[in-house]
Amino acid sequence: MKAFSMKRLVIFLAAIAILAAPLVLTSAMAAGKAMKFGLSLSTLNNPFFVTVKDGAEKEAKLLKVDLIVTDAQNRLDKQISDIEDMIQKKVDALLINPTDSAGIATVVKKANKAGIPVFAIDRGIDVSTGAKVIAQIASDNVFGGRLQARFLAKALGGKGNVVELEGIPGASAAIDRKAGFEDELKKVAPGIKILSSQEAGFDQAKGLQVMQNIMQANPGKIDAVVAANDSMALGAIQAIQQAKAKRPNGGRIIVVGFDSIDQALEQIRKGTMDATIAQQPALMGQLGVGSGRLNTISPLLYSKLKNAQSFPVPVKTVTAGDL
Amino acid sequence: MPNHWRTWALDYGLYVVFALLLLILSQMSPYFFTVSNLLNIGSQVAMIAVVAIGMTMVILMGEIDLSVGSVAALAGAITAGLIHALPSEWPMGLWLAFSITTGMLIGIVAGLVNGLFVVWGGIPSFIVTLGALSIGRGLVLLYTGGRPIFGFGDAFGKISWGHLGPVPLPIVIMLSLYLLAWLFLCKTQLGRYIYAIGANKEAVELAGVNYRRIKIGIFALAGAFSGLAGIMLTARLDSAQPTAAVGWELDVIAAVVLGGASLYGGRGTVAKTLVGAFILQLISNGLNLLEVQAYWQQIAKGSIILAALLVERILRGRR
Repeated sequence: MKAFSMKRLVIFLAAIAILAAPLVLTSAMAAGKAMKFGLSLSTLNNPFFVTVKDGAEKEAKLLKVDLIVTDAQNRLDKQISDIEDMIQKKVDALLINPTDSAGIATVVKKANKAGIPVFAIDRGIDVSTGAKVIAQIASDNVFGGRLQARFLAKALGGKGNVVELEGIPGASAAIDRKAGFEDELKKVAPGIKILSSQEAGFDQAKGLQVMQNIMQANPGKIDAVVAANDSMALGAIQAIQQAKAKRPNGGRIIVVGFDSIDQALEQIRKGTMDATIAQQPALMGQLGVGSGRLNTISPLLYSKLKNAQSFPVPVKTVTAGDL
Repeated sequence: MPNHWRTWALDYGLYVVFALLLLILSQMSPYFFTVSNLLNIGSQVAMIAVVAIGMTMVILMGEIDLSVGSVAALAGAITAGLIHALPSEWPMGLWLAFSITTGMLIGIVAGLVNGLFVVWGGIPSFIVTLGALSIGRGLVLLYTGGRPIFGFGDAFGKISWGHLGPVPLPIVIMLSLYLLAWLFLCKTQLGRYIYAIGANKEAVELAGVNYRRIKIGIFALAGAFSGLAGIMLTARLDSAQPTAAVGWELDVIAAVVLGGASLYGGRGTVAKTLVGAFILQLISNGLNLLEVQAYWQQIAKGSIILAALLVERILRGRR
């Protein structure tokens, strides 16, 4: 062997050693007997899920659980391999925030076969596929929609015309929020008419554009806008302000959002937006880890949770009075 | 069909379709053909249309740029971040100008890098700009931390909400850029070279023209257009979203192709690109006004593009 290639070989081996070191170290650390949970998130490019992760990590520290967190970057294929790896690592519980409710089923069934309890976080896992889930831990989006309707009924005094901006077609949050809102509105304020109901993809730019178009078709008739998330509500506010649109009675058009993002809270403080619905992502993460640990702490509560199949995380209305 | 009809249909068919669409929509909705709605449509389409100028030039050279959305988002985010970092000793107006210029420069640099990889790296532009799409979006997420940057005050918002007389500024910006681009492509030698590069690169080289330098320059110019559109979007939303402008490349390419440009290069005009962009916007505005369900809107858009191209193909193929 020439000296040149010897040198290359040495560098190559050194590189492998450097790469392998953390692996050896972490596996040595994992040899300790602590429980090990896997948290597979659909994305970490979104502050909401970062907060879920923070909550989960906090609870894991409290309960002395090792938590492995993976980021699927919104890709189902990546999430499936992430979870397969976790099954290989023999985690004691899997907390999954699926990128796709149905698509995730195959790998959940694998976890079922390996005897690992699975919990769904924020988005549901489709159990009609035969996949077994201990509990679905998610915001009560239907209830959030109801809260929007109740707020609106009070704000409009039971009558008026409302525009509804819907989320991404087919997304469970979009479907549930709309269902809760429309059902409750019928009950508490049958005098409020839904003037127009259109999709704006949970997106501010689209919310602005769709609202502009709706206002063209309904000049001077709109009393309120209810959006399935805050981004679309923010877009609607811009459309209203730029067109200087008013309610038929001359007042400011009521705007209700969902998610309680910072930008929306600022608008509520300024008095240009009226209400939003707050989810509790950190609580969701905490409850996920807590539920996973429950079977060793309280088998009784664990079996109750298992029977209930779902753990609705409360949501609440936020208005100027709360800020 | 006589040949001169075919030629006429190819040259003016798009304008006929545009006029028909206007006519149909104004018959179907009483709210469509109003000044305020038309100005709305103009402001809504402005950003996609501005990006489409650069895209037309890139496609004329037989290349493609998939990174436009990411570059727009990056320029918008960096401009937004700079505006927030206003140093106390700077006057607001000057700092705004500096922030916007820097945002545009980011676009130019991104385009320059694309161009260099395509020309000197010898990698197909589809691949280079696909990589840039991913890197650009990653940089946006990194820079914003996945959270929107918002609240810039009224002065900056003027870019997208101001008026020149009765006409919204985005429309003014869009139309003046289209006029300049048309003059550039049709009335300058450099503009003619862009067509020639797409039609026959070797001939251009034999004529002693350094087509490589032109190509790099056009990629940089396209980057500048993306950057400007990103800044316009940020001003429009008063917010730089980490997911801003996702998918713009598809809308923009659709507009250019609907405008009759050939993806193989050498054929296309900015005027028709503008009409293509307007047709797409009219469709979504019209479907909104008519309360058409979201699922159908997507299907309608795709079908119209395919039908238009099929008709063009048939007309052209038989000539």
